[in-house]
Amino acid sequence: MEGLNELAFVLGGVNHWITVFLIMAGLYIIVSRSNMIKKLVGLSIFQTSVYLLYVSPGKIIGGTAPIISTDFAVYSNPLPHVLILTAIVVGVATLALGLALVVRINEAYGSIEEDEVYGDGDWN
Amino acid sequence: MSDLSLFIVAAILIPAVGAAFIASSGSKPNVREAYTLVTAALLFVVVFLLVPSVMQGARPSTEGFDILPGLTVQFVIEPLGMIFAMIASTLWIVNSIYSVGYMRGNNEKNQTVFYTCFAIAIASTMGIAFAGNLLTLFLFYEVLTLSTYPLVTHKGNDDAKAGGRMYLGILLTTSVVFLLPAVIGTYFVAGTGDFTIGGIIPKDESPFVIAALSVLFIYGIGKAAVMPVHRWLPAAMVAPTPVSALLHAVAVVKAGVFSVVKIIVYVFGLDMFSGSGSTGWVVYAAGFTVLVASIIALGQDNLKRRLAYSTVSQLSYVVLAAAMATPLAIIGAAMHITAHAFGKITLFFAAGSIYTAAHKTEISQLNGIGKRMPFTMAAFTIGALSMIGVPPTAGFLGKWYILSAAMEIKDWFVLFVIFVSTLLNTGYFVPIIYRAFFKAEDVPPSHDHGEAPWPVVLALSLTALGTLSLFLFPEVPLTLAKALVGQVL
Amino acid sequence: MLIDQFPAIVVAVPLVAAALCAIVRNETACWLISLVVAFLCFVGSATMLGQVQEYGVPLSYKMGGWAPPAGIELRVDLLSGYLLVLVSLIATAVLIYGRHSVRAEIKESVRGWYYAMYLLCMCGLLGIVITGDAFNAFVFMEISSLSMYTLIALGKDRRALAASYQYLIMGTIGATMYVIGVGLLFTITGTLNLIDMAERLAPLLDTPAAIAGMAFVVVGLSLKIALFPLHLWLPNAYAFAPSAVTAFLAATATKVSIYLLMRYLYTVFGFSFAIEQTPILEVVMVLSLAAIFAGSFSAIFQENIKRMLAYSSVAQIGYITLGIALANAPGLTGSLVHIFNHAVMKGALFMLVGGIALQIGTVRLSDMAGVGKVMPLTMFGFVLGSFSMLGVPGTVGFVSKWYLAIGALENGWWWVVALLMLSSLLVLVYMGRVIEVAFFRERPEGAPPLKEAPKSMIMTAWVFILACIYLGFDTSFTVGVAQQAVDVLMGGAQ
Repeated sequence: MEGLNELAFVLGGVNHWITVFLIMAGLYIIVSRSNMIKKLVGLSIFQTSVYLLYVSPGKIIGGTAPIISTDFAVYSNPLPHVLILTAIVVGVATLALGLALVVRINEAYGSIEEDEVYGDGDWN
Repeated sequence: MSDLSLFIVAAILIPAVGAAFIASSGSKPNVREAYTLVTAALLFVVVFLLVPSVMQGARPSTEGFDILPGLTVQFVIEPLGMIFAMIASTLWIVNSIYSVGYMRGNNEKNQTVFYTCFAIAIASTMGIAFAGNLLTLFLFYEVLTLSTYPLVTHKGNDDAKAGGRMYLGILLTTSVVFLLPAVIGTYFVAGTGDFTIGGIIPKDESPFVIAALSVLFIYGIGKAAVMPVHRWLPAAMVAPTPVSALLHAVAVVKAGVFSVVKIIVYVFGLDMFSGSGSTGWVVYAAGFTVLVASIIALGQDNLKRRLAYSTVSQLSYVVLAAAMATPLAIIGAAMHITAHAFGKITLFFAAGSIYTAAHKTEISQLNGIGKRMPFTMAAFTIGALSMIGVPPTAGFLGKWYILSAAMEIKDWFVLFVIFVSTLLNTGYFVPIIYRAFFKAEDVPPSHDHGEAPWPVVLALSLTALGTLSLFLFPEVPLTLAKALVGQVL
Repeated sequence: MLIDQFPAIVVAVPLVAAALCAIVRNETACWLISLVVAFLCFVGSATMLGQVQEYGVPLSYKMGGWAPPAGIELRVDLLSGYLLVLVSLIATAVLIYGRHSVRAEIKESVRGWYYAMYLLCMCGLLGIVITGDAFNAFVFMEISSLSMYTLIALGKDRRALAASYQYLIMGTIGATMYVIGVGLLFTITGTLNLIDMAERLAPLLDTPAAIAGMAFVVVGLSLKIALFPLHLWLPNAYAFAPSAVTAFLAATATKVSIYLLMRYLYTVFGFSFAIEQTPILEVVMVLSLAAIFAGSFSAIFQENIKRMLAYSSVAQIGYITLGIALANAPGLTGSLVHIFNHAVMKGALFMLVGGIALQIGTVRLSDMAGVGKVMPLTMFGFVLGSFSMLGVPGTVGFVSKWYLAIGALENGWWWVVALLMLSSLLVLVYMGRVIEVAFFRERPEGAPPLKEAPKSMIMTAWVFILACIYLGFDTSFTVGVAQQAVDVLMGGAQ
């Protein structure tokens, strides 16, 4: 029974495990990559974790969309889905702005490697 | 609001408004000096109009102005503040006359800034004198520091910059790191900062807190120059002589010792200060400063520096007296504040006079100068005698009271300090007088000179006369000093 | 009544006006639109604050007619009203101030866009403060942040781009952390309304999800606040952004995040929980003190004046968060008062430095030799601003410091008082350096002639400088509102 409980813990929280994985993967990419575009990719992955975090608890297996009808008693909560739509828009906007900045940085510095951009200038 | 409270406000506003006028006078020297003199005269009149009622026991005050709930800016005149305001306003007139001669004689630049800052400094001095609570005192104390910084750095060269750094560094550091916590701590333990006869710190406060507060106050008031926070005073000597004379012999340093006396009398209360063992250290710190500063003064060849160290030593006399915290000693402290102000400003005036006329700054160059500048050196002699405490000069009175107080409580340490320091005072002043009058000029001066410009000579003669007449007619300050400790003449 | 619509208006009008500016794109027209809108927002905010003060009841606006907690609630109480007034006031002032410096520093073709972004940023900041909904706050946070990255990237120097990118990465991580935290709290409470969340969270506070949620929210917001050691984005962003942007940013952006942090610590998690059950306040206190000293020390070694002031901001943020960590009424009052005071004094200083940047073209200390003689108004203002930073009595800095010190004493922490006082000496050192160079060094031979910055810049900056002194004496607005707001915060916890 012990083993079963642990299995249930692992499987039951599978959405959270994936969320955690995405967070860590995203952060790792941001920290470890010097290429500015790859950093943005990492940032996107990091943000994606949020979508999963919100949407997955809102879904009830066997639940339907929230339609007022006597035929259905179990609904999924629609609110997280709506929230995440907004979050996705925010994520897209951030990515777009980030990429635009990288284009401009490339024009100005001739490089998108962080070492070269931050490393050359006198920052004082 | 009574008429008297209007006078209080006027005493602070007149120099402030005067500063604005002076600043607007641009580069017209006559207008600028006229403004200065008129402002000084007005202030003098206003301050002296307040004297009679304060002597009769009135304690005029203004209405409080709340900065924060419980934290008020208020002015109350009590006897000690009255004495201080009288000294500062009287000597400002004399000093203004002197400044005109000195600044023109030496072709100093940026004189408008000089006179403007000077007037602001006087305004804040009045604020300190009339402060009714700790917050107000602290407020004007800081303004005084900041407004005198441009005066210290007036020459603008590297020396002045270094001196200014030391000046601002020490005074601001001590006030922010020690004095401000002391003020906050007092409000915290006492719930108020209003100066009250008998003190405001609760009698049952733990000795540790009292000791901590006394340390923070004594060293936080850096202007009182108790060693080791005295270094700013010699550093400030890079300033033009009128600044050294009025500010670093009178307004700024007296603001320091005045605050010390006021805090001992009105915040700690005499009973607590003399009674609790946790504040006994102040007497020793002050006594140490008196002796060590005098010894250092012996070794200085630069005249202004020797005077500066003499000031450090004399200031600690006042602290020493205040720390004994008996009525007689407090009277001594108040009298010494007065006497030293007149004596020391005379000495600085003389030093500036020598610099203007002969361009000499070192004591070793002064051989025979008494013959060329008889008025200057006669005034210098009177000032020096007052420092030593020889009658018939004002310095005798202050020392007399301090000495009697020490006898009364049989404090042998204080007696010892006074005795030795009197010898040391003699040791560093008499040789100067001897050189000036009895030695022949060893090298003829590069240019044939006589006395300094007449405003300079007039000013130093006036203060020298003041030093003498204070000995003969000490009634006004003495009455006020006695009122301070609740004695009626 | 119209006033019931004000909460929506102060957010919606800038949003619409931003779109309008994006269409018009004529510089003068956009400037006028922005100015009018910002001023209206200020009037609206002040009216709402007055209303709340008078009746003692928060204004609540149901977005789209949906009642909270399901719908989004816009909520103006004393605390948020105070911040609304601050943000809209600074926004208006910087618009008046910034006309010349925008012309000098930003290409003509994008000036219309500049004003669009500026309005959007203001909209976001006002939104964060006014919303009563956790997720909505995230959306507004991103609106303000994205527009802010754009504004920073408009700086003349190419390093502005790199600084903006750096801020984008850090800022997005912060915002995402925040939203993760909100997600966890939402999962266990099923609500996003902050007040409702506080009620439902009360019995659940010791669950791991609540604690993890709190940790994520606090770390995320700390990134936005630039609390040491998460401040790395701030110096570069402040240093290379256009001068007007820096003045606006320094005075408002971090403050708004601090507001949100206070809301979470005191309202949502509750005063007693945050203090007693978690070490969060101890952590904040240590970090605040570290911020004060690290920020001030770094400021001493900066050659670039804007960067120096930016590091000083890191330190000043430390003072504000220190007040939060003291967790008593005087400490929190000090913190709230300092939010306003710091905005005023740092806004003024950045405005003056912007004037210098406009006239001499750089903000390096070595290029400022002798500036005091040719730009006396600017530098004299700078001196007064420094006094305020130093905490000289009679300036706003003193008032904040007073409350923080009393707060520390109330907890019996003498050593915090000592550290507070010591830290002001560092201010003396770094501001003193600038003043010495400006007044005691001569202009180099052959340096081009200089004159004062344009009147509009000097005057706005001086209004703020004078406010530093005025508010140092008349504290009825800052301290008055702050104390009432503290009651709201502390009372909400009981």
